[in-house]
Amino acid sequence: MEKRVRFRSPWLPYALVLPQIAVTLVFFFWPAAETVYYSALLQDAFASKIQFVWFDNFIALFQDPHYLASFKVTALFSTLVAVSGLAVSLLLAVFADRALRGASIYKTLLIWPYAVAPAVAGVLWLFLLSPSIGILTYALRSVGVEWNYYVHGGQALLLICVAAVWKQISYNFLFFLAGLQSIPGSLIEAAAIDGAGPVRRFWTIVFPLLSPTAFFLLVVNIVYAFFDTFAIVDSTTQGGPAQATQILVFKIYQDGVQALDLGGSAAQSVVLMVIVIVLTVVQFRWVERKVQY
Amino acid sequence: MIERRPLLTVVRHVVLIGGVALVMFPVYIAFVASTLSFQEVLHVPMRLWPGDHLLENYAAVIAHGSSQGSSAPVGTMMVNSLVMALVIAIGKIAISVISAFAMVYFRFPLRQTFFWMIFITLMLPVEVRILPTYQVAAQLKLVDTYAGLTLPLIASATATFLFRQFFLTIPDEYAEAARIDGAGPMRFFWDVVLPLSRTNIAALFVIMFIYGWNQYLWPLLVTTQESMYVTVIGIKRMIPGGDAAAEWHLVMATAILAMLPPALVVLLMQRWFVRGLVETEK
Repeated sequence: MEKRVRFRSPWLPYALVLPQIAVTLVFFFWPAAETVYYSALLQDAFASKIQFVWFDNFIALFQDPHYLASFKVTALFSTLVAVSGLAVSLLLAVFADRALRGASIYKTLLIWPYAVAPAVAGVLWLFLLSPSIGILTYALRSVGVEWNYYVHGGQALLLICVAAVWKQISYNFLFFLAGLQSIPGSLIEAAAIDGAGPVRRFWTIVFPLLSPTAFFLLVVNIVYAFFDTFAIVDSTTQGGPAQATQILVFKIYQDGVQALDLGGSAAQSVVLMVIVIVLTVVQFRWVERKVQY
Repeated sequence: MIERRPLLTVVRHVVLIGGVALVMFPVYIAFVASTLSFQEVLHVPMRLWPGDHLLENYAAVIAHGSSQGSSAPVGTMMVNSLVMALVIAIGKIAISVISAFAMVYFRFPLRQTFFWMIFITLMLPVEVRILPTYQVAAQLKLVDTYAGLTLPLIASATATFLFRQFFLTIPDEYAEAARIDGAGPMRFFWDVVLPLSRTNIAALFVIMFIYGWNQYLWPLLVTTQESMYVTVIGIKRMIPGGDAAAEWHLVMATAILAMLPPALVVLLMQRWFVRGLVETEK
């Protein structure tokens, strides 16, 4: 779509886009290009010798069992976060949709955690599930579950999953609710007249019509689990115990910022960049398709 | 309601109350902990109703922080967070609205190139370019400054696209009328385009304010002095390792303080918030 009426000026449009483009070049393109360049460099421990090694860092990366383990943890983590987050919020959205007394109060109370920072969500659950003083730890112990995420990797992963899902429920809920409200009431009524009960109506009408929203949210949630959860991991488990919660982003941070392995962490960044690009393209393909029909 | 099903209505209320309880429980426990004394917090199991140390704890963290780990006062951090969130929100809106205006109302060489450059930033989150971005900030002497906290985060593809979509729906007659009356492009921008964009600006402001307030990785990299910490970072620094060592009553008071401003923004501007969230993603 284009405008018919335009203004003319040889310099004004450039001046108007300049701030945005300047920030983009200095803080996005330049660092991203450097990341790609660094990923082909090998630096010795004292940073005195730097060699150009082509793809050696990538080869080393995919032969490194720690990196592959981190990949597995990230895959498991993002699947758990996306699937359980979507399931819980879909359930809530379906029950909050259509007339119900107090529906707007429920909505407000379910929406506001969007404002909570991931790091704060992490600390809240850390406190509830702290091995020594956590109130949920106490409850679990009284039913015979020994909870200590310092020792059990699975429990640590569960801790960051719970915090990540808890923080994301409000976002998913909002989008599911918007999706539900765009389904015409006449469709549901027609099905009801034909004798379909609420469960049947949900699976044969509501759920299929909601699938584009669900797919969109799936992509958004995977991106969220890959990137935004850095703060949750850093404020709670710090990747431990024994790398059980070391997701890819956190490993880049540890290898790059804390261990100062320039080439290795840059190579990991490039792998992650490829993953974001694929996810973004998938997401926009979906938007285009939805607009067409 | 399509049919009368009293049982279903009861089930709906039960599930929704369960959902609200799940969402509110951690926040309630945090609030209770923030009103207890150190001894009371360490008592297992912790009590479930508020104590009487509320003012004392909040006054302590705002003025002095925690004695474990970082001792930076939370008051300073709140000011830093507020500056960061406001500058990011206003800055993103300002530079996006003018670049979208240029792209819609002018035709100039490189326009498509600029459009794609802005689009590609969506694919380059801070997380995939951690070290080089830090190096750039360090070379520009931006470490431990407000400019360093905000400037690198101020480009916004989503805001630019939202404004662009909106400007395309403004009828051409407005621009024609403005031209006939002899108004230049900037006059048209100030007197017509900006006033029409008010709701979009409000919606974006809510989203971007929360985004700015909740930033974690970038402030972690670019601030080293305690006086430049933001609240979200400050909380983590109060838990120096070992969950028993932290002064949890003060940590939880800080957590409540960190949640309060963005939560208020969501609650007070709920209508714009919902609109902004749903529209920036489309």
